[in-house]
Amino acid sequence: MEEVLTLKYHISPDDFTRAGEASSDVKGKLKQMGVSPEAVRKVAIAMYEGEINMVIHANGGEITVNITPYEIEMILADVGPGIPDIDLAMTAGYSTAPDEIRSLGFGAGMGLPNMKKYTDEMKIDTTLGVGTTIRMIVKL
Amino acid sequence: MDKFYHSVRLNEELCKGCINCIKRCPTQAIRVRNGKARINSKFCIDCGECIRVCPHHAKRATYDKMEDLKQYEYTVALPAPSLYSQFNNLDDVNIVLNGLLMMGFDDVFEVSAAAELVSEATREYIQSNPHKLPVISTACPSVVRLIRVRFPNLISNLLPLNPPVEVAAILAARKAVKKTGLPREKIGIAFISPCPSKVTYVKAPLGTEKSQVDKVLAIKDIYPQLLSCMKAVGANPPEIGMSGKIGVSWGRSGGEASGLFTEEYLAADGIENVIRVLEDMEDQKFSNLKFVELNACNGGCVGGILTVENPYVAEVKLKRLRKYMPVARRHMAEETDKRDWIHWTRQVEYEPVFSLGDNMMESFMKLNQVERLCRKLPGLDCGSCGAPTCKALAEDIVRGEASETDCVYYLRENLHRLSEEVSILADDIALGNAEGHEMIRVLSEYIQRISDEMSLLDGKEEKERGDENDSKGTG
Repeated sequence: MEEVLTLKYHISPDDFTRAGEASSDVKGKLKQMGVSPEAVRKVAIAMYEGEINMVIHANGGEITVNITPYEIEMILADVGPGIPDIDLAMTAGYSTAPDEIRSLGFGAGMGLPNMKKYTDEMKIDTTLGVGTTIRMIVKL
Repeated sequence: MDKFYHSVRLNEELCKGCINCIKRCPTQAIRVRNGKARINSKFCIDCGECIRVCPHHAKRATYDKMEDLKQYEYTVALPAPSLYSQFNNLDDVNIVLNGLLMMGFDDVFEVSAAAELVSEATREYIQSNPHKLPVISTACPSVVRLIRVRFPNLISNLLPLNPPVEVAAILAARKAVKKTGLPREKIGIAFISPCPSKVTYVKAPLGTEKSQVDKVLAIKDIYPQLLSCMKAVGANPPEIGMSGKIGVSWGRSGGEASGLFTEEYLAADGIENVIRVLEDMEDQKFSNLKFVELNACNGGCVGGILTVENPYVAEVKLKRLRKYMPVARRHMAEETDKRDWIHWTRQVEYEPVFSLGDNMMESFMKLNQVERLCRKLPGLDCGSCGAPTCKALAEDIVRGEASETDCVYYLRENLHRLSEEVSILADDIALGNAEGHEMIRVLSEYIQRISDEMSLLDGKEEKERGDENDSKGTG
C-alpha cells in the first residue's frame, strides 16, 4: 500500500516573522508520526533554511512536502531571480544577502550548504529570471 | 512511582466543563469529557497554567501540610529563594530563617546556598563540555518534562546536575544525621515551594532515582504563620544565612544565568516563550550561546502558583534584598563531603507520548487520517467538542478517544443535509411521482435519523445543563 501524505505551504515574501511556520508544522507532524529525532532535526533545519532563502532571495514561493514512511521529500519552488552560479552559492560563507538582512542575523552564507549537509539528496533546478526549484530528500 | 506522575489535579465538583483550561494548556493535555475536564497525565508537565486560568478554581495543586511533618523527630526547612521575595521591606534573610525556626523547624538549609554550588558546578561543566553547548538549565522540572516528551533532540543539551533543591536536601539530610545521630527516616526534609512542579519532581524525579526531599509545603500555606513568627523575631536576629547574591538571584528569571559569569546566555520565562525558544533551538536558529535558562512561570520561580506576591513586585523585592549581599558565600572547595550530590545519576530519556500510533507505519496512517479529518472539520477551534482545536479533535478521533459527532458543526451540517433530502422526498410524494408506501417508509427512516442526530445534540446540551445544576447544588 503506497500512500503519500502531501502538505503544501505558501511562503509569503518579506515576512520574517512567519518564516519557520512551515518547517515547524512539518516538525510537529513528524514527531506525531514517530520519526526518529535525528531525522526530524534534519528535516527541520533543511526546511527552515530553505524557507528563509525563499523569503530573502525569491519573493516567497510554494513548498510541497511529501511524507511516506520511508522518506520525506521537500520541494521548494519559487519564481525568483534564479541562482547564477550554483557552485559559488554552495560555498560555505558565500552570501548575496543585503546588509539589512545580515543585520537581522541572517545571510551567513550557510543556507544552501546546510540544506545539503542535512539532507540525503538535494537537487537544484534554476533558470535565471524564471525561478528555482530545490528538491531535498531525507531518508527515514 | 509512575513516570508520568503529575501533581496538578481536578476538583470534579467545581469543574463546569468550560473551555478555559483546554485552550490554555501548552501541551494540549486537557479535554472536557462528559462535562468535566480530564488531564492526560502523559502530556501534562505540571506547569500550572490551568490552575491560573480556571475561573472556578477547579484545578488544584497537590502538596503536603505542616501536620505531615509530625511523623519526624527532627525537621529541616529548605526555603526556596523565591520565598524571600514575598515580604514587604525585608532587608535581612535571617529574619525569615529565624522565623522558620520559631515555626517549629529544628534547622533550616537555604536552597539558595545549594544554588551557589550548582552555579559553580555549572561553570565547570560549561568549561569542560564545549560540544554540549548551549547547555539548558534543569532547575525547572516542568521544562525538563517538556523536553522529555517534545524535544528529544535537546535532551543531550540538558545540564546533568541536580537542581538546587535536591542538592540542599542531600546536604541537609547528611548534616542532620551527623548532628542528631538519628536514622535518616526520622528526619524530615521539607521544601518550601513556589510551585507544584517541585512536588512532581520529588515524587517522580528526573535525573536521580529518589529525591532526598521528604515533604513539599506551599509558600502560600505557611505564609500567614511564618509572617507572624517573623514579627516576633525582632531586630538583629542570629546570623544563620549562608548564601549571597548568586544564590538568592535564582528566584527570578535570569538569576541562574547571571551566576555563570558569561554574557552568552539566554533566559526565557513563561511556558509559551519557553516553547518558542526550544522550537528555535531545535532548528539551530541560535549560535554562540553557552547557556539557556528556562522557567515555566512568568518572571521565574517568583511567578509560581504557590506564591502570594505579584511576580513582578516580588522581583523588585528580591533585587532590593540582594543589594547588600556578598556575591556568593557557599563554595564547592569548602564542601568536605565527597561530591556525589551534584551530578545526575540517571539520564533523562525521550518519551514519545505525542506519537499517534505504536509504530511508524501505524502512526503514518493515523497522521493521514488526521489530515483528512482536519479538512472536514470547520477549523473554528471553538472547543465545544471538549478538545482545544479541530486538529486536536481529529487526533482524538484517530486515537479512538472521540468521534466526529462530538463536533456540533458536523452535526448541524448533517441535520441540514438530511432535512433537505426529506423535503425533496416529500415533494416527490406530493406530486405523486413515486410509489406511495415505499416513499413513506423511506421518509420515516429519514425522520428517525434526524431525530437521532437531534438527540445527540440535545444530549450534549442536557449533559452540560445537568452538570451546571449539579455544581449549583454542591456549591
